[in-house]
Amino acid sequence: MVDTKVNLLGIELDNPVIPASGTFGFGYEFAEIYDINMLGTFSFKGTTLNPRFGNPTPRIAECREGMINAVGLQNPGVEKVVAEELPKLKKCFHKKVMANVSGFSLEEYAKTCEILDKEEQVGWLEVNVSCPNVHGGGMSFGTQPEAAASVVRAVKAVTTKPVIVKLSPNVTDIVAIAKACEEAGADGISLVNTLLGMRIDLKTKKPVIANKMGGFSGRAIFPVALRMVYQVAHAVKIPVIGMGGVATAEDVIEMMLAGATAVEVGAENLINPYACKDIIESLPAVMKKYNISSLKEIIGGVRDE
Amino acid sequence: MKEVLLQIQSNRALTESVYEMRLTGDVSAITASGQFVNIKLDGLFLRRPISVCDVENGVLTLLYKVVGKGTEQMANMQAGETLNVLVGLGNGYDLSLSGEAPVLMGGGVGVPPMYMLAKELIKQGKKVTAILGFNTQAEVFYEEEFKRLGATVIVTTADGSYGQKGFVTDALKGVDYTYFYTCGPEPMLKAVFKATNTSGQFSFEERMGCGFGACMGCSCKTVTGYKRICKEGPVLVKEEILW
Repeated sequence: MVDTKVNLLGIELDNPVIPASGTFGFGYEFAEIYDINMLGTFSFKGTTLNPRFGNPTPRIAECREGMINAVGLQNPGVEKVVAEELPKLKKCFHKKVMANVSGFSLEEYAKTCEILDKEEQVGWLEVNVSCPNVHGGGMSFGTQPEAAASVVRAVKAVTTKPVIVKLSPNVTDIVAIAKACEEAGADGISLVNTLLGMRIDLKTKKPVIANKMGGFSGRAIFPVALRMVYQVAHAVKIPVIGMGGVATAEDVIEMMLAGATAVEVGAENLINPYACKDIIESLPAVMKKYNISSLKEIIGGVRDE
Repeated sequence: MKEVLLQIQSNRALTESVYEMRLTGDVSAITASGQFVNIKLDGLFLRRPISVCDVENGVLTLLYKVVGKGTEQMANMQAGETLNVLVGLGNGYDLSLSGEAPVLMGGGVGVPPMYMLAKELIKQGKKVTAILGFNTQAEVFYEEEFKRLGATVIVTTADGSYGQKGFVTDALKGVDYTYFYTCGPEPMLKAVFKATNTSGQFSFEERMGCGFGACMGCSCKTVTGYKRICKEGPVLVKEEILW
């Protein structure tokens, strides 16, 4: 018997596999095809204070071993999420869920988190700091240590739930941002969000994505993500959730060796709706193959001396 | 939705760029005409969404136009090879609103979903007129197949090289109909929207991420709120379209 359990900020997960926000909706599409209670947990669709349609279409582009999306945080707004989505989610998922929150001002982050803080099923708040700060010239909160830290302080002031900051990889020094978030009181860090990317259609000579650029994700980004997880996990004392191009049980183990306590799976869910189920089911065999009896014990276990 | 392995029974060119692929396997999750499937292809990340042309005795027929790497790869596949396919995606057409004499308008690769729809409506005893629009004679396909179903078939070509000269909306002027169903390129759909005097259903196309409602990649605004083309669509009724 192998032990796949991990503890994420005081809540035990049956396994470290977590579908990433924006690739799993509020769970029901997947609950139709498998019992999603087998997941460690999942991070639900990025939620903002007000409803958002998001960007014009096309929002999706094919890439080698990956994709670009520019959905633009389409969501019904936090009030509808609480009134309509969470009651439905509760019927198909019986564990704590991770609430993913976005905002365009500190007040918006705080208000949205305050509302979600009251929801019993929400176990963690995952705060996406990749959005532009409308009061700060449109620069993303996540690109400057002080701006990221200010989001953490605003959110921590309104919630008692663990706050996980989801970092953007589109920065010069991700360690400095992670440390600033830790100092501001973040309970955990998740990374990486998507890498800014672009494609051009040779026939029309126009960008494939209506928004011109979008977030690049999928298997292709795994080595970049792993490197950043490794750097951040070695620089902070708070738990780190690794994500970016994870597609197999081997990838999960590699992320954990780099320092991840849990691992999110994103784009892979979109091309293989059973991706997380497949990963969870193959974990025990892969653990045996590498003589791992407990996943907890391999966190940060890379031998890099 | 169901993920299945389907085996290619046949794969042939109907025109220079349009192919017909027949696949066998468990296609029981396909419950309505107007639905689509999403195909995994080697070396390509995203699946490729293709509309269902027909399902009969466990055989799925897909008609596709070679437009890029994915469809190129499909065109080169042989009988006996297998494909990983998500089947039973999208809402499909609602037949209950058709009235006695529905008209079906397909343009180019918008023709395929009209085939299964015509078959089902005719089975219900409806008097079906199918207007099939193409650019030119060399691009015409499935005229005989629609006739064999028992539909009244009108073929239009934009250049007048075959059938009636003009667009499907030109041919529509001479048809008495109780309701319409349509699928085709957006300019055609917009023309149909204006030219029709009854309610009807439109099937839409959009670049998709997942094809099953998870990624919000293919959303559109409608009178009744935001809809995902892959999940609440691809079929929308005329009254909910914002044009």
